[in-house]
Amino acid sequence: MAKNISFTIKYWKQNGPKDAGHFEQREMHNIPDDTSFLEMLDILNEELINEGKEPFTFDHDCREGICGMCSLYINGTPHGKTATGATTCQLYMRKFNDGDVITVEPWRSAAFPVIKDCMVDRSAFDKIQAAGGYVTVRTGQPQDANAILIPKQDADEAMDCATCIGCGACVAACKNGSAMLYVSSKVSQFALLPQGRPEAAKRAKAMVAKMDELGFGNCTNTRACEAVCPKNETIANIARLNREFLKAKLAD
Amino acid sequence: MSVSGVALILFLTFHACMNVVALFSAEGYNMICEMLGANWYAVAATLALAALVAVHFIYAIILTLQNRKARGASRYAVSDKPAKVEWAAQNMFVLGVIVILGMLLHLYNFWYNMMFAEMANGGYAYVNDLSAHDGYGMIAYTFSNPVYSVLYLVWLVALWFHLTHGFWSAFQTLGWSGKIWFNRVKTIGYVYATVLILMFAVVVLKFALCGGACCTGICG
Ligand code: HEM
Ligand code: SF4
Ligand code: FES
Repeated sequence: MAKNISFTIKYWKQNGPKDAGHFEQREMHNIPDDTSFLEMLDILNEELINEGKEPFTFDHDCREGICGMCSLYINGTPHGKTATGATTCQLYMRKFNDGDVITVEPWRSAAFPVIKDCMVDRSAFDKIQAAGGYVTVRTGQPQDANAILIPKQDADEAMDCATCIGCGACVAACKNGSAMLYVSSKVSQFALLPQGRPEAAKRAKAMVAKMDELGFGNCTNTRACEAVCPKNETIANIARLNREFLKAKLAD
Repeated sequence: MSVSGVALILFLTFHACMNVVALFSAEGYNMICEMLGANWYAVAATLALAALVAVHFIYAIILTLQNRKARGASRYAVSDKPAKVEWAAQNMFVLGVIVILGMLLHLYNFWYNMMFAEMANGGYAYVNDLSAHDGYGMIAYTFSNPVYSVLYLVWLVALWFHLTHGFWSAFQTLGWSGKIWFNRVKTIGYVYATVLILMFAVVVLKFALCGGACCTGICG
């Protein structure tokens, strides 16, 4: 049975990257606890719009945990504290209690400038992906699915890496603003498969170079990223990226 | 960072092994000191070591500055540190600075009175009428001062924290880690760091508590 809860929400307002930004605060009353976090924000925005105030801006799209568009740093943790790994859109109000103060902030990292309120510009991730996160395939007939045999274990491992949705929570949580968990997951999803091997060295170098160029920090292995990743990517991926990168550099 | 760190760990291992000799035998220890006096190879090794520390420290400064810039100017109002994130991992630079300060004190206490004295005046330490070859006497003299003993212990604790993270971090950075090896490397690192630091600490404690003379019956 759903019960209703009332709480205070503190949400971040910021007019573009140059604005200093500030919190605004509002009491929310009788919200059913089977409401999702984003639906709760929809209710907040309806109230604001009805009062003629400016609504609160935040990113979202699929609302089912697969697109990587939702963000939000909720009560000190990216995507809120969901022990099992889930995105903000999969967070429900039953995780909160009557009388709570819920603080909502944007990803704060130099490479992710604020566009408005809690919507940040994550196009840096797309640029890294475009630098090498693909396999070059000639057009023509597709190969038979069983032409290249891949051990189940490798396929599973590659799939686990490919589930990274590029949300940027890893960067948001990192005290160094490092994107290594994201980049290593994207490098790993190809490095583990035979189709990815021919371009593996080139890919690792190009994606790391792009990541550095865009101003992400250096990894010092604090593990904050893997603690908050909604897709449970692990720093074993980072070790793999380091391996791929060093191999590529040594071969030069 | 990782390569210079590992090299420093290897040096520390050698240094710790050498130090425990002082627990057992004054002559044995002073023989080592003689060997590591102002010979060309000992001086060369000292210079190489200084270069290693410099590389490690300069890289640490550059990376830390880059990382602060990447973090950006705005800070979270509420921040909840995940349980997985160890304290040492987030404070490597501060710990490193403590280690360097300890190192400077250590150089002043020992290197200045031994290798430097030997090169400068032919073998007289600047304290307590000791010979620059009498490492054992120098240890006993230094740790008879409780202030030095406490400072050295603080230094060792900082180094322990630095190494508990640094050890596995270096393996991770060099790519020799994974889902299975991560826990193994981390455990080995904790054991290694603990044994290493205890080897240093026991020498400090023995000389601090009883000038090196008390437990001769127990430890030879
Ligand atoms: C006896 C002296 C020292 C030893 C044995 C040592 C060892 C190590 C090792 C093995 C690492 C891991 C490298 C990696 O993950 O890439 C490391 C990292 C680091 N060290 Fe040291 N270190 C020493 C002194 C210092 C000093 C004097 C500083 C100066 C501030 C310092 C600052 C750092 C920093 C900032 C890191 C990066 C954090 C990381 O990558 O984990 N260290 N150290
Ligand atoms: S590694 Fe995890 S936290 Fe980082 S972008 Fe991918 S899904 Fe998000
Ligand atoms: S909105 Fe698509 S993952 Fe949350």
